[in-house]
Amino acid sequence: MCDTCGCNITDANAHLLRPGGRLHQTGEGREAVTVLRNLLSENDRQAAHNRAHLDRHQVLAVNLMSSPGAGKTALLEATIEALGDTLRIAVIEGDLETENDAERIRARGVEAIQITTGSACHLDAHMVHQALHGLDLSTIDLLFVENVGNLVCPASFDLGQHYNVTLLSVPEGDDKPAKYPVMFRAADLVLLTKADLLPYLPEFQPGRAERCLRDLASAAPCLSLSARTGEGLAAWLDWLRQTRALLVSQQAAGSSRRPAIQPEGQALHAGEGAF
Amino acid sequence: MHEYSLCIALLGQVERIARDHRARRVARILLRLGPLSGAEAPLLRHAWPLAAAGSLAAGAELVIEAAPVVVRCTRCGAETEAAPNRLLCGACGDWRTRLVSGDELLLAHLELADIEPEVPRACASPSP
Ligand SMILES: Nc1nc2c(ncn2[C@@H]2O[C@H](COP(=O)(O)OP(=O)(O)O)[C@@H](O)[C@H]2O)c(=O)[nH]1
Ligand SMILES: [Mg+2]
Ligand SMILES: [Zn+2]
Ligand SMILES: [Zn+2]
Ligand SMILES: [Zn+2]
Repeated sequence: MCDTCGCNITDANAHLLRPGGRLHQTGEGREAVTVLRNLLSENDRQAAHNRAHLDRHQVLAVNLMSSPGAGKTALLEATIEALGDTLRIAVIEGDLETENDAERIRARGVEAIQITTGSACHLDAHMVHQALHGLDLSTIDLLFVENVGNLVCPASFDLGQHYNVTLLSVPEGDDKPAKYPVMFRAADLVLLTKADLLPYLPEFQPGRAERCLRDLASAAPCLSLSARTGEGLAAWLDWLRQTRALLVSQQAAGSSRRPAIQPEGQALHAGEGAF
Repeated sequence: MHEYSLCIALLGQVERIARDHRARRVARILLRLGPLSGAEAPLLRHAWPLAAAGSLAAGAELVIEAAPVVVRCTRCGAETEAAPNRLLCGACGDWRTRLVSGDELLLAHLELADIEPEVPRACASPSP
């Protein structure tokens, strides 16, 4: 839990706790107040600001989430290999404290900003904002955020990205969507990774993983691929190209896009009188 | 997993509202929490005293109301309760539903105490 790992107070959100910050504590008949306000509204405000930065420069931002070791960095390496000549890519690395993953990305000639989250279990919009200001967005077409390897918290924090992609690797088992409904409901696209291992793990049935996803009322596409052999990679690359073309036309028209789950929840709760 | 950060966010909102109402103390906080919000009520209850210590909400009673998971079917229109990992229509079984309730993480209601009276205006300058 975060109260033991201390991820709540990061360099990026510490300013909120300082005098004059929004969360600063002041010193010291009952009145009842009805509020109906999302607890994450502070994070969501920052996320909207991040999205505005990205939209101004017509950047597509994709947030990659999975359990540790599902193949996020390997997928990024393969993606850079395939698209690096046609799209200008950058990566915000949130996984692990070390620079290992960032160095793997830089070795491919792509800029990578490492967020050192300490022992935190998720990225928040403040951390990503700080990283965004370390990048020249006018030189980027496609920004990936590699989130902390964790199937629980990252799903709850809007970072300002346009799309959520959740990876499920074959060795993890095909019933993960049923076990982590919050994470898999947040996905705009689910990638079944390490498909080269399917012959060794016949108990993993892609059809069953997809059924678990539909049971969550998710219409997100579900693609199988292997970063190692390259099988199935073409469909992922097509998804990226099409998604980017669509988003850029929306951005050019002054609109944007939020990850699938959020507009729905927001609209419904706005109906209850939240602001 | 991130309940402490949520409690810090909650505290920020509670303090701001208390200040706006000139309350020196918060007596009761009501949250509405759905199983698909990603937060767990027992962990929130556990983390809250740590987050609120020393603040004007330190002694507040934290009440967490569980929101049911309810889906509305896009095919037959029925509104039915569902399990968090089986959001199918309870009437026709279709998977194309929309979540009506169950993912909320809301500060719903506050009870404030020790309200300071409105500070009287200084009389040196006549108000415009
Ligand atoms: N067999 C196989 N192994 C993979 C594949 N992708 C990643 N791996 C391995 O899985 C491990 C974790 O991969 P990594 O990309 O670091 O995962 P991350 O923690 O999600 O970034 C490494 O040993 C990779 O070599 C794949 O497509 N097939
Ligand atoms: Mg990694
Ligand atoms: Zn900014
Ligand atoms: Zn967390
Ligand atoms: Zn129905």
